[in-house]
Amino acid sequence: MNSSRDWTVPGLTIGLIAAIILGMLVPDWVLSVITISFARALAVIGLLVLWRAGLVSFGHALYYGLGAYTVALLGKYWGVHDVMLLIPAALIVSTVCGFLLGFILRKYREIFFAMLSLAFSMILYGILVKTESLGSTDGFNVGAPTFFGFKFEDVQDNKIAFFSFLCVLGYIAALLVHYYLRSTLGHLTTAIRDNEIRVEYLGYSVAKAIHIKYTMSAALAGVAGACLALTLSQVDPDSMVNWTASGELVFVTILSGTGNVAAPFIGSMIFDLLRTYAFEWAPHAWQLIVGAFLLLIIFFLPGGVWSVIARIFGARRKL
Amino acid sequence: MFHIPNIRTLAAASFSAAILATGISAPAHAKDAIKIAVPAFLSGAAAGPFGVPARNGAEMVIDAINAGKLPEPYSAAGFAGAKAEAIFIDEAGGNAKQVPEYRNLVQKRDVDVIAGYISSGTCAALAPVIEELQRLTIFSTCGTPRIFEEAPRKYIFRSMAHATADSVAAAHYVRTMFPDSHSYTGINQNYAWGQDSWRDFDLTMQQLDSEAKPSEKTQFPKIFAGQYGSEISAMSLDKAEMVHSSFWGGDLESFISQANIRGLFKKKKAILTVGGTAAYRLGKKLPDGIILGARGPYGILVRDRDTALNTWFVTTYKDRYGTYPSGPSYQYAQAILTAKYGYDKAMKDNGGNFPDQDQVIAAIKGAKFESFSTTVDFALADGHQAITENVYGITKYDSENGEPGVTDVKFFPAECVMPPDGETSVEWIKGGMKGAKCN
Repeated sequence: MNSSRDWTVPGLTIGLIAAIILGMLVPDWVLSVITISFARALAVIGLLVLWRAGLVSFGHALYYGLGAYTVALLGKYWGVHDVMLLIPAALIVSTVCGFLLGFILRKYREIFFAMLSLAFSMILYGILVKTESLGSTDGFNVGAPTFFGFKFEDVQDNKIAFFSFLCVLGYIAALLVHYYLRSTLGHLTTAIRDNEIRVEYLGYSVAKAIHIKYTMSAALAGVAGACLALTLSQVDPDSMVNWTASGELVFVTILSGTGNVAAPFIGSMIFDLLRTYAFEWAPHAWQLIVGAFLLLIIFFLPGGVWSVIARIFGARRKL
Repeated sequence: MFHIPNIRTLAAASFSAAILATGISAPAHAKDAIKIAVPAFLSGAAAGPFGVPARNGAEMVIDAINAGKLPEPYSAAGFAGAKAEAIFIDEAGGNAKQVPEYRNLVQKRDVDVIAGYISSGTCAALAPVIEELQRLTIFSTCGTPRIFEEAPRKYIFRSMAHATADSVAAAHYVRTMFPDSHSYTGINQNYAWGQDSWRDFDLTMQQLDSEAKPSEKTQFPKIFAGQYGSEISAMSLDKAEMVHSSFWGGDLESFISQANIRGLFKKKKAILTVGGTAAYRLGKKLPDGIILGARGPYGILVRDRDTALNTWFVTTYKDRYGTYPSGPSYQYAQAILTAKYGYDKAMKDNGGNFPDQDQVIAAIKGAKFESFSTTVDFALADGHQAITENVYGITKYDSENGEPGVTDVKFFPAECVMPPDGETSVEWIKGGMKGAKCN
């Protein structure tokens, strides 16, 4: 049904190779910024899927936090530092939690969905803040990751290796979501947003479709949180579980645009670079700059940063 | 573990070496200028009571050092002669923001010294990053004892005593001033700082007073709650004679005004361990008779200390910013002065040549010098953790001059309120505070 050619898969593949090569060449501070961006982008892909179905979650920091704390606690109490164990563990925890909460959340739409997801995330926040053994508001440190039991001697090499690993992870996630969105179930995404009753009459369960999407986004956010914890070497409730973290994910989703699974990576990177420079130029008013930027995007680029890229490459917008 | 060649080297061989060069910063020698980054809360709830006074204190002292206007013995201009450019950054935004920002300061903006940080959580999060990036960092204000208890640090210094001192000194103060009061309750924010403060205070009271009677109904409202009506009512009904609180910032100010209306301060003696930051902000609204601390000998408690350095600090600050300096102003100024002391001493040790970072670190390590309001002694954690005396007083509004003041000010020596080297705070207090020298 796609008459114009879809460049997503070759584009992502080129992007993957370019990112890994660039990761080895850029200055250290850029690498640290991009690693954080790409980790966040994983969660934003999940929000993109929900967004296309007309759902905005203000509580995905719940899974972000679950993933991050799973990694941190495994490292702290069981001495597990290998990404091949940590990432699947975070994936399982967040998927199970997302699947269970999905039974409740799939019944709600619009503001009720947003607020309910927010409420669930704030429960985890409350628990973490009040529990001293989980580090309370201070959180705690996470050790450097190993890869298949192997660790680079040079600290910076280990960071490059982790970034490359994250790139591969992001590539796989983006591809899977891309193929999902092109499947029959995936095509239901926008249909649900447009008219749920019609979808039901077509013989599909809207609740089930939303449940799957929600679980998927939870899994992605969990992996994102795990990667973020490993990047920052630190977990704490305020920057990973609080509603501000959820808000940041929504912010980046709007900034990126939901036109393509590659958009979150670009949008997230722009967001971090913008914030880094705003922080440097205007230490007293950086929030103002970041906020104004989002307003400009909403006014002039309702399709997000992706719409510019789509226009440049003449690709047909999917939305 | 087998050896793997550096990825960078491989990359350089495979790709253009020219691009790689951008990643390497040029080494600098014989500087006539250094960069000092000063992180403090410039936005959010902690900006008013902490961040802005802190920033002002640092700014004023950096300017004075550049111009050579500090009183003796710091009148030599510059840091080892180099003028400092101050870079102020916002500490708000959580640790996920502060960790990459710290990297930016070192790797992108190439600052020489980082002096500041208020949040304990941020300091704890940054500690391993600082050791990784190996840049001299002086924590000015953050209180958690964890920093040096978790691991030895080479590049981190803390120029003030940690939070244990505040709680231990508070207990000593009430034992000295009110030997007949034995029962106490507490209202503390339900997060690391509040929980630690209450625990240290409670443990110390039980050590110092054989008849100590902690309340069973201590209050732990959540941070930034803003409304404390029910907690205040519950505490009013409690039989305890004293109320301990480590509230700070907006929470502290709301608590004081709400408790005042409900008459809590008339029924009980309140101990506000960080009340000093609110004193000037509340002015006349701060009731008399409150036991006040300022996380050490800073702010309102030492306003009248008659030393050349303190007089200069108070008058210059008042002239420039229109208000008296509060605790954070002193603490940040002290961190900057630590850098100045380190640079100057390292230059002297280096035969008058500009010192490198290792020499500055060696100079600060274990140093003991006069700061604006007190003596700073880097006595703990292998010379990286400073100890200072601690002080408490009782509020009394000075209606003659129309400004808040304190009476019954009592100082406790550093050795009395800080654990000795190698012992964690809780172990030390529980073990009866062995080795404490209080007189």
